[in-house]
Amino acid sequence: MEVLSLLGSGFGTVFQPLNLFLIFLGSILGTLFGALPGLGPINGVAILLPICYTLGLPVESSLILLAGIYYGAEFGGRISSILLNVPGDAGAVFTTLDGYPLAQKGLAGPALALSGVSSFIGGTIAIIGLTFFAPILASFAIDFGPSEYFVLMIFAFATVSALMGASPVKSLVGVAIGWIIGIVGVDSTTGVMRFSFGEAELYDGFEFLTVIVGFFAVSEIMLMLEHHSSENFEMPKITRIYVTMKEILYCKWTILRSSVIGFVVGVLPGTGASIASAVSYTLEQKLVDKEGTFGTGDMRGLAAPESANNACAGGALIPMLTLGVPGSATTAVLLGALMLYNINPGPMLFVDQPVLVWGLIASMYVGNIMLLVINFPLVRVFTKILQVPYWLLVPSVIVLAFVGVYSVNASTFSLGMATMLGILGYFLRKLHYPMAPVILGFVLCEIMEDNLRRAFAISGGEINIFFGSAINLTLWGMTLAIFCVPMLSKFIAKKYSLGKKIASK
Amino acid sequence: MNKKLQFVTSMLAVVALSSALNAFEPKKPVCLAPAKPGGGFDLTCRLVTNSMMAAKLLDKPMIVSFMPGGVGAVAYNHVIGQRANDPEMIVAASTGSALNIAQGKFGNHDENSVKWLAGLGADYGAVIVKADAKWNTLAEMLADLKANPKNFALGSGGSIGSQDWFKAALIAKAAGIDPKEMKYVAFEGGGEALTALLGGHIQIYPGDIAEFSGQYESGKYKVLAILSEDRLPGKFSNLPTAKEQGFDVVWTIWRGFYLAPNVTEEQYNFWVAKIQELVKTPEFAKERDLRGLFPFTKIGKEYDTFVKAEVAKFRTMAKEAGLTK
Repeated sequence: MEVLSLLGSGFGTVFQPLNLFLIFLGSILGTLFGALPGLGPINGVAILLPICYTLGLPVESSLILLAGIYYGAEFGGRISSILLNVPGDAGAVFTTLDGYPLAQKGLAGPALALSGVSSFIGGTIAIIGLTFFAPILASFAIDFGPSEYFVLMIFAFATVSALMGASPVKSLVGVAIGWIIGIVGVDSTTGVMRFSFGEAELYDGFEFLTVIVGFFAVSEIMLMLEHHSSENFEMPKITRIYVTMKEILYCKWTILRSSVIGFVVGVLPGTGASIASAVSYTLEQKLVDKEGTFGTGDMRGLAAPESANNACAGGALIPMLTLGVPGSATTAVLLGALMLYNINPGPMLFVDQPVLVWGLIASMYVGNIMLLVINFPLVRVFTKILQVPYWLLVPSVIVLAFVGVYSVNASTFSLGMATMLGILGYFLRKLHYPMAPVILGFVLCEIMEDNLRRAFAISGGEINIFFGSAINLTLWGMTLAIFCVPMLSKFIAKKYSLGKKIASK
Repeated sequence: MNKKLQFVTSMLAVVALSSALNAFEPKKPVCLAPAKPGGGFDLTCRLVTNSMMAAKLLDKPMIVSFMPGGVGAVAYNHVIGQRANDPEMIVAASTGSALNIAQGKFGNHDENSVKWLAGLGADYGAVIVKADAKWNTLAEMLADLKANPKNFALGSGGSIGSQDWFKAALIAKAAGIDPKEMKYVAFEGGGEALTALLGGHIQIYPGDIAEFSGQYESGKYKVLAILSEDRLPGKFSNLPTAKEQGFDVVWTIWRGFYLAPNVTEEQYNFWVAKIQELVKTPEFAKERDLRGLFPFTKIGKEYDTFVKAEVAKFRTMAKEAGLTK
């Protein structure tokens, strides 16, 4: 088994003291970012990325830390969902549905413990999937030429508009805004400047981090200041913080099914934890909720979204590592990390950077166990942190974010840009435009446009190239299928209007 | 008030004079890399900063600072506009910079806007194909390309007008076809182009040999020709040049430095002397080999003349290719 020996060498990388420490740090920080309402994995990764880079960490260590924050945040998102009925991040919206009622019944402790175990199982199943499927996909990723990448992008945008957020139209508008921002700068095929207005700072387009920090940190902070100044949370009492074997066994099939669903949804480009948890919750509701107890504090209703959103994080790394295409907005930031280090994400990553890839995968096994272990004793600490006053939290976050933006280019221009984009993001959010499509639009538009033009350059302007290969035809088929999902989901939403009501909140 | 001002200016003059008497010595020497860390300009800077340090030629350590943007355009404008008098800073440049200047991509500034200091290393173009390609010589490949230009795509890591594109255009010209007829695919960096070559999406990769050297032993590719004047030393010595195969295609990617436009003659000479000293040291040779760069040394006036000739040559080429008017 070549995979196992490679994984073994990955563990060699992981068990270096620095990397072990970074996994630990990533787990703690990730849980924190996930737990704090408003801040999610994207904010965490976006804020920490420039700091890693400035500290001069080796690329595999940076990625280990950032990935730790990513799946750690999926772990931590459940805490405020259960205790406060406020989802810690987008992936934890469905966790509130049964998590909060459980807490109200006095079962906050078991709910936290059970969701911790589900998260762990979901995460682990996804990592095992990642370990074995990623090399397989990587081996035929080399067949992905420009035309295949272009059709893959079509599929990704179809997924974004069909599945993400409450309104497909708003998602598409978000994608378009992302495109508009992404198109600025030198055109990579002809070298012509586009929309740079003679401003040398814009020749290379918008810096990725500037956009991320603007849309996710600055606008988030403006919302935080607005929302939470007057709110007072009441913490439910936490009694026993363990879960019995009986309770876990009661949910075992739900956990296993949701883990697989979360993983598969994660692999699809353009999706994310919010979709994974939505799909698994609605499916479990259909399959096992015979008595109609979902939404009133059913353990299975809590286990489903939690195992799914953690599994999704592992799945989303597959297209990122093998094709260089981010499966979600957070992996888009991770991809940005690779590019910052001048590493070419794509089919050759597994061949050229085995230390990086296998170190990262191995670190996730360790990170998941660490998360499970630290989450039990530290759950009381994390609930205390939820009570950190905003006057302390907000300035710290904004300072961290801006230091990061500045450090990449050492330019105050980027700071101004991040602020402007933050204000734009704030208004978009006020109008209920989801931010993830904007980021995906921004990141993917370059891949899409470049590959469209490369494909035409190769074919000499013939459009047949997009229908030529088996991969292309499969992708077109999947795109068509995705367009049927909204109709299906409308049907589901009508039947289970509860989930929708809370999701659109 | 007026008297005071007079006093101050005369004092300043005295200070200026006395400092001019002391020979110039940078207090905080900096190498400005007009890109993000990790790229070619970073490498160019590190060559000098590391070997200066190793050979103990400067009293103060020389640091590298970064100013990414527009393949050097941001730094070029910044140096001319805001740090025109700064004698402490050398700025990395390359063939790509000269090409951009020739095509007017550095704004209103041309090659006469800065003071060219020295070129210290070079890489050479190479014609690379997949290991199982049917061609074994450049002539076979070019004959095929000429017969059916529409059947073969050349792909490389730069946009139209970049040094990668010019390399491809020169190859097309050697095959006797108009560069406008060739199928050129622009990738984001050489790595992507190599992957596409491996996947069979493009057939010919006009790359750079030092950049490619990490993949050279992988056995997945075949180098049909090196675009240098003579054969290269070391592990590449068995690779034929295009010239010895009868095609006069040479493509040098030189790496060098310029100084701010308003540095004094004395300051310029200080740097020229330092670099002249540096290139004689074994430390420099070691650092250059470490970075996979080939010997290429032009210092002071010689380099200045060389860069200006390069820009002039590129200007003609860009015009011929229809990129500029």
